[in-house]
Parts: sequence; C-alpha cells; structure tokens
Amino acid sequence: MLLAITIWIFTLITVILFTDLVPEMLELASGQWFPETASVHGAIVDAQFFNTLMVTGVVFILAQVALGYLVFRYRERPGQTAYYYHGSNKMEWAWTAATTVLFFVMVSMGYGVWLDVYVHAAPEDAIQIEVTAQQFAWNIRYPGPDGQFGIVRPELIDDAAGNPLGLDPQDPTGEDDLVVPTMAIPVNRPIELILRSKDVTHNFSVRELRLKQDTVPGMMIPLRFTATKTGKYEIACSELCGMGHHRMRSFLDVLSDQGYADWLEDQSEF
Amino acid sequence: MADAALTSHAVHEAPTGFIRKWIFSTDHKVIGIQYFFLALFSVLLGMILSIFIRFNLVWPGTEIPLLETFFPVGAPGGVMTPEFYLSFLTMHGTLMVFFVLTTAPQGGFGNYFLPIQIGADDMAFPNLNMLSFWFTFVALVVLLAAFFVTGGAPISGWTAYPPLSALGEIAGPGLGTGQTLWIVSIAIFCVAALLGALNFITTTIDMRTEGMTLMRMPLTVWSWFVTAILGLLAFGVLLAAGILLLMDRSAGTSFFIPGGLVVSDQIIDHKGGSPLLWQHLFWFFGHPEVYIAILPGMGVTSQLLSTFSRKPIFGYRAMVYALFGIGILGFMVWGHHMFMSGMSPYTAIFFSLLTTVIAVPSAIKTFNWLGTLWRGNVRLTTPMLFAVGFVSLFVTGGVSGLFLNQPSTDIYLHDTYFVVAHFHIIMGVAAIFGIFGGTYYWFSKMFGRQMSEFWGKVHFGFTFVGVYAIFTPMHFLGMAGNPRRYAELTGFDFLEPLASIHLFITIAAFITIASQLIFLINFFWSLFKGKKAEINPWQATTLEWEIPSPPPHDNFAGKLPVVYRGAYEYSVPGEPLDYSMQTAPKTAES
Ligand code: HEM
Ligand SMILES: [Cu+2]
Ligand SMILES: [Cu+2]
Repeated sequence: MLLAITIWIFTLITVILFTDLVPEMLELASGQWFPETASVHGAIVDAQFFNTLMVTGVVFILAQVALGYLVFRYRERPGQTAYYYHGSNKMEWAWTAATTVLFFVMVSMGYGVWLDVYVHAAPEDAIQIEVTAQQFAWNIRYPGPDGQFGIVRPELIDDAAGNPLGLDPQDPTGEDDLVVPTMAIPVNRPIELILRSKDVTHNFSVRELRLKQDTVPGMMIPLRFTATKTGKYEIACSELCGMGHHRMRSFLDVLSDQGYADWLEDQSEF
Repeated sequence: MADAALTSHAVHEAPTGFIRKWIFSTDHKVIGIQYFFLALFSVLLGMILSIFIRFNLVWPGTEIPLLETFFPVGAPGGVMTPEFYLSFLTMHGTLMVFFVLTTAPQGGFGNYFLPIQIGADDMAFPNLNMLSFWFTFVALVVLLAAFFVTGGAPISGWTAYPPLSALGEIAGPGLGTGQTLWIVSIAIFCVAALLGALNFITTTIDMRTEGMTLMRMPLTVWSWFVTAILGLLAFGVLLAAGILLLMDRSAGTSFFIPGGLVVSDQIIDHKGGSPLLWQHLFWFFGHPEVYIAILPGMGVTSQLLSTFSRKPIFGYRAMVYALFGIGILGFMVWGHHMFMSGMSPYTAIFFSLLTTVIAVPSAIKTFNWLGTLWRGNVRLTTPMLFAVGFVSLFVTGGVSGLFLNQPSTDIYLHDTYFVVAHFHIIMGVAAIFGIFGGTYYWFSKMFGRQMSEFWGKVHFGFTFVGVYAIFTPMHFLGMAGNPRRYAELTGFDFLEPLASIHLFITIAAFITIASQLIFLINFFWSLFKGKKAEINPWQATTLEWEIPSPPPHDNFAGKLPVVYRGAYEYSVPGEPLDYSMQTAPKTAES
C-alpha cells in the first residue's frame, strides 16, 4: 500500500519534471535552454519542436498517469479478484489506428523545413563560403572578387607554411581566395556553405542558427540558410573527431551589410 | 518423440568433474549463469568507468592518485587527459551495449529459461552453446587488453566511425593497437552471437514439448526467439564490416577511406573508399542491436505484469505480432542515425517515415501492458516494481524518440545530450530494469534461495528515482545545445551556464551507482544465506515453476512435461486457485 503510493508519487514527480517545468524553465533561463533562434529556418525548426512537445507531452502524461493509477487502483486487496480477460481486438485496432494517425500527422508537418535546408536549390544571389574542417580547426574560404574558388591539391597542404587547404599557386582563380579561421556573413542574405574535411569526419554546428551538418572527407556537402540576427556565435564540432573534439571551436559573426563589407576589406589587407 | 527422449538421455548424464560441470559445461543452465556473471562483471566495470566520466566533466584536471597507479601513461599525475576520457567513454559504451545488454537478457536468462519454458531438457546444440559463451569470454578479454597496450584504449566511440578508426595512431592516441584490439574483440563477439542465435532459433522451433504450441509459448520465449532472429541477421553484417575495417587498417585496402586525406600534414595513401559505407553497415547492425537489447526486457515485463496482476496478458496475439513488427521494421530504420551524415536528404524522409511506423508497435505494447494491469489484482513485489518501472521508462524514452526521428528537429538535437538521454532511458536503463526484474523473479529458481524482498524494494526506489534524476536533466542539456562526447566543457562560452546541471547529474549518478551496492549485497548474501526457495514462490504458471529450485541437470528428471494451456492463465473462473499451471488439464467449463 505504502509502496503503491510511493511509486505513484515518483511517477508524478517524473511527469512534473518532464512537462510542467519545461516551459517554466525555458522562461526562467531564456537564452540558456534553446537559445533564441537567429535563422529563418530556425524558427520553423523550433515550431516543430514545440508541436512535437505538445503532442508527445500529452501522450506522456496520459501514459504515466494511467500507469500509476492502474497500479494504485488495482493494488492487491482482500476480496478483489482479477478479471479473467484476454483482451479485445476492437481495442487493438482502435489504438493502433489512433497512434498511427497521430504520429504521422505530427511527423509530416516537419518535412517542409527539411527540404528548404537540404533540397531546394539556393537562390542565385546566395553567398558561397567553403568550410574545411581538420583536426581540430576550421578553415573558412571566401572565393574573393572573382567569385570562384581556386583549385586545391592535397599534396600542397602545409599548415606551417600557411597553406592549410593546399591552394595551387599556379591557378589564377585562387589568387584572390581568402582563407581565415573564423567566419563572417551578412544578415538577411541567403548563404550557401560548402562543407569539406581534410582528415576525419567532423560536424559543423552553430546552435543559434540551428545548423548542424557532418563534414565528410571526400564529400562536398551544401548547407543553405539565412541569418536573421546579427551577433557573434560559436561554431562547435558535433561529431567525434579525436582527442581535441571538445575544443574545436570557431566563431560566426553575423554582421550588417556594411559591417560585412568592412570585414572583407580588413581581411583582404593581410 | 520417444526416440528424441532416448537420445537426449544418453547425452544427459550429469558431468562429475568440476571443470566439466562448472567451466566447460554444456548444460544450458550453467552457461546461462556464466553469461550472467560475465554481464555482472561488465556492468560493474562499465559503471566504474562512468564514474570517472561524470567526474571529469565536473571537476576536470583533478588529481586522482588511484588512476596514476593503474594508468601511468593515460593519466599522468592522476589527471585524466581528454584522450583518456574518450577511451573510457568508448569502453563504457562497448561494455554496456555488447557485454551487458546483449549478454545478460539473452545469453543469461534466455539460455537458462528458454529450454525450461518450452519443456526441453537442454538447448538443441549444447556444445555450440558452450562455444558461444567462451567466444564471448575471449572477446571480453581481448577488449580489456586494449586498456593496457601502448596508446591505451580506442577513442573513437562505440560506433568507431572511419576514417578516425581506420587511420591508425596518426589520427590520435588509442587508434593504433587499441583500436585493432577493439575490432578483433567485436568480431569474436559477433561469431559468438551468431552461434548463440542459431541455437536459440533451432531450440525454439524444434525442442518444444508435447502441447507447447507456438501460441502457448510464454512471451519471454517469443522475445528470445525474435531477438535471436535479429541477431542472426545483424551480427553477420557487423562481422563483415569489422573485417573490412581491419583490412583498411592493415592490408592497405580502402573500403572506408577516401582519397586525398591529409592528417597532421601527412598525405594518406588510400583512395576510393566511403566513410558513409561504414555508417550504413554499422547502423544496419546498430538499430536491430538496440532491439536485441530491449526485446527480452519486453518479454520479461509481459511475463511479470501478467503474473503479478494475476490476470492473463492483454492481447497475447497482438503482443506477438508487435514483436515481429518491431523485429522486421527494425531492419529498415537504420538511416535515422544518419540524418546529418551527408546521405541523400530524400533518404532521410524515407527513414523518418519508417521510424514512425515502428513507433506504432511500440505503442501497441504499451497499451497492452496497461490493459493487463486494468482490473487485475496487482501484487507489488520487487520484480513487479521493476516491470512497472520498465513501462514508465519505455514510455519516456519512446516519447523522446519522436523528436529524434524527425530530420527537422534532429538538426538541432543530433549528437547532443538529448540523444544521450533518449538512448540511455529506452535502451540502457529500460533493458537494465528488465534484467533486474528477471533477476529478482528467477533468482530463487536459479540458485535455490530467495532474495530479500525488502531490500529489493529499497533498491528499486533508489534506482527508479536515481535514473530519472540522472537522465531527465540531460534532455535540457541537449536543448541547450550541449554536444555529446566532449571530454571537457570548458572550451565554449555557451556551455558555462550548464555547469550546475552537470554537477546535479554527477551527484545523482554517484548516489544511484552507490545504491547498487544494496543490490550486490542482497544478491551475494542471498546466494549463500538466503531463505531456501520453494518450487513456485510467485504462484506463476509457466513450466520452470513446476521443477525444483535449482532444477536437476536435465531439468525435468527424465520426464518431459505435457502442456495443456496458454502461458498466462490467471484467475480462471471456476478453478480453485488464481493460477492454472500450463500442465494442468483444462476443467470442463474453461
Ligand atoms: C524501442 C527501443 C529503442 C531503442 C533501444 C533505441 C535506442 C537508440 C540508441 C542506442 C540511439 C543512439 C544513437 C547514438 O549513439 O548516437 C538511438 C538514437 C535514435 N533513436 Fe532510438 N531507440 C528506440 C526507440 C526509438 C523510437 C521509438 C524512436 C522514434 C520514434 C527512435 C528514434 C531514434 C533516432 C531518430 C535516433 C537518432 C538520433 C540522432 O543520432 O540524432 N528510437 N536510439
Ligand atoms: Cu569534432
Ligand atoms: Cu536506430
């Protein structure tokens, strides 16, 4: 009896921890849980998260409370006999159909934004920036005024000599390429990143922009987004890449148009 | 039938020597106990590793003199280096997934109780059974050897993604000999699992006693059977992948290594491979593997809920179909681990939809468990508490799965602590609850003595609250963007405000782990000093509860039982007791 009550209380605490406190905690520590989004698709991702939270939250509470209630209500008592019953096909069909519909409706609401980020082609005027990961640093390359990336050759790579990407000095399109350790972009302009890796698999992620994509050696993976808020965000590696994984950091500066132009100019002076 | 009985008798003279009886035994019961203790050892070691993991996250750079004694290279001055952290993380995951969750529920309880529950006197291939245990044992020894070689244990995680795992020492410490030992260990483990799977499948199909029709089998038997089918199809693929990876490392092939790699300014002489190929092969094994871990727990939970609700299982047939549904669909959803891997974004939608399909049979199981409790007469024994806990955890972990199976929300949550929370709750802790439930339930049958109910309940209380205290906050860490597999949390500004949550988790983990001593003491004390067990202390219906505790060498003392009923005939109206043994002929009315 006592145990029945205890277990029910545990269940309740769990429910409260998991649901009631969530919005509260979100508010309390805004900027800590779920940092405010700074990209166009980020808002849709967040919306889908909260849709899912609502649907699953209800499912979660109902299931946990039902579990606690049934254990409590039907705890062993003198005079109580269990009902000899093998189940009902009608019920089986009903809950199968209900969960199928519920889950599929919920899930399919989220595919649009996925297509936006990964499938739909970038607009013509998108700014192309190449990101090349290596143990344990980020190399960001801008194509320069000619709008073209120069050829890179692995055999020319020489970190010490300042050629981390192996740019080919013979190739004229590479002359104006800008290779820097941190990234800057203009706000409200479509961006297309091209993600590469020199050695092992890494992952380019910026939590405020809701960006996360593996950088895979041997592949060039496009990632499209538009930032909506200026600010300085941390780029983190999100795929285990070796002993320095936890300190593989860079920065993404989202600047005004003017700020971005100034930044480019500053960088080119070196 | 008569012939089979004769031959099996010839084989089944009880061995006399200590070695044949307890070491190289072919008795499924002894082998089951061997598996159980192998898993117990592994889970204790895995837990100790997790203490260091949690410790380092909260107090990096602290000197732990004990560490230096054991690992002068990995922990100079007793301070954990990041690579040392990652090697502990890798070994923690590998021990838990392979040597605990794959061995205890299937190799342990399955071995011991599957033959008894279907009324057989042993497994179909007793020698193969012995071989598969000893292969598992060798695999464990090889894995542990990795701690002590130059460079230490591998740092590439339990998923061992190449190129990191394929390039050797140049890519990092532990990726030389340590990584090789890891792959060899897993390959040996795969062979053991394949042998075991064959044995389980054959035994279930071939060795059922008279009257034990498929639809009278306990749900535990069904779950071991389906798990064995999954193992047969999944471990072969991992074995092949492991051999290819070994060849990439030592034979100069390039299955997983693309051309043009430059590691630490050195050109790598490989070309033409694909890192994604490994991920596909690994997760083709890896997702079924999570079901291999959890299905036996589902079986045990069904058995316990019905037994202690004193009520037939709700929707027995639906439960069997759901097991098969999960089993089959489990092979079609591996891509949900790869949404961010660079595979085609169209494929992501396909895998997402299929994962949603698999959520349905999972929900069906939950509904049927609730239906079983409904209008029962619920006895809250220790095993029952763990079964109820299993359902609670399964719901919690299933719900968080619905955030991860949508590629759009997974963009944000992938490879964060949200994933860590999800898979620990649904795979790790739920399966462990299945194991605990099974242990408290079957201990008396296996060892002839009874565990303390009181201390069992105390243990349950600490563990149930404890695991929620550890893993619930991890969802919030994930929502704050905290990546997993970080050795230290000091490198990023956005991680700083999360320190207090990490501290809370670490303290909760220490208390929960410490409370497992209650279990250990109860277990070992009862082993020697516990109250002598009766034949059927829980008043349950399945065949193991008809024979002495512990059972004789050939289980049924030469007289195989005849079965007349389904496995869960509780509270049958008009019968004298509220449980009717499977061997009891039906009375006229029922
Ligand atoms: C029923 C038992 C289940 C088990 C044992 C299980 C286990 C796991 C494990 C071990 C991972 C770890 C991935 C890693 O190492 O990164 C994982 C991830 C995942 N699980 Fe489950 N899971 C189960 C059910 C579900 C359900 C019902 C869903 C969805 C409806 C789901 C969706 C996912 C997804 C999408 C991931 C990948 C997340 C990511 O990599 O970002 N799982 N699961
Ligand atoms: Cu990394
Ligand atoms: Cu999976």
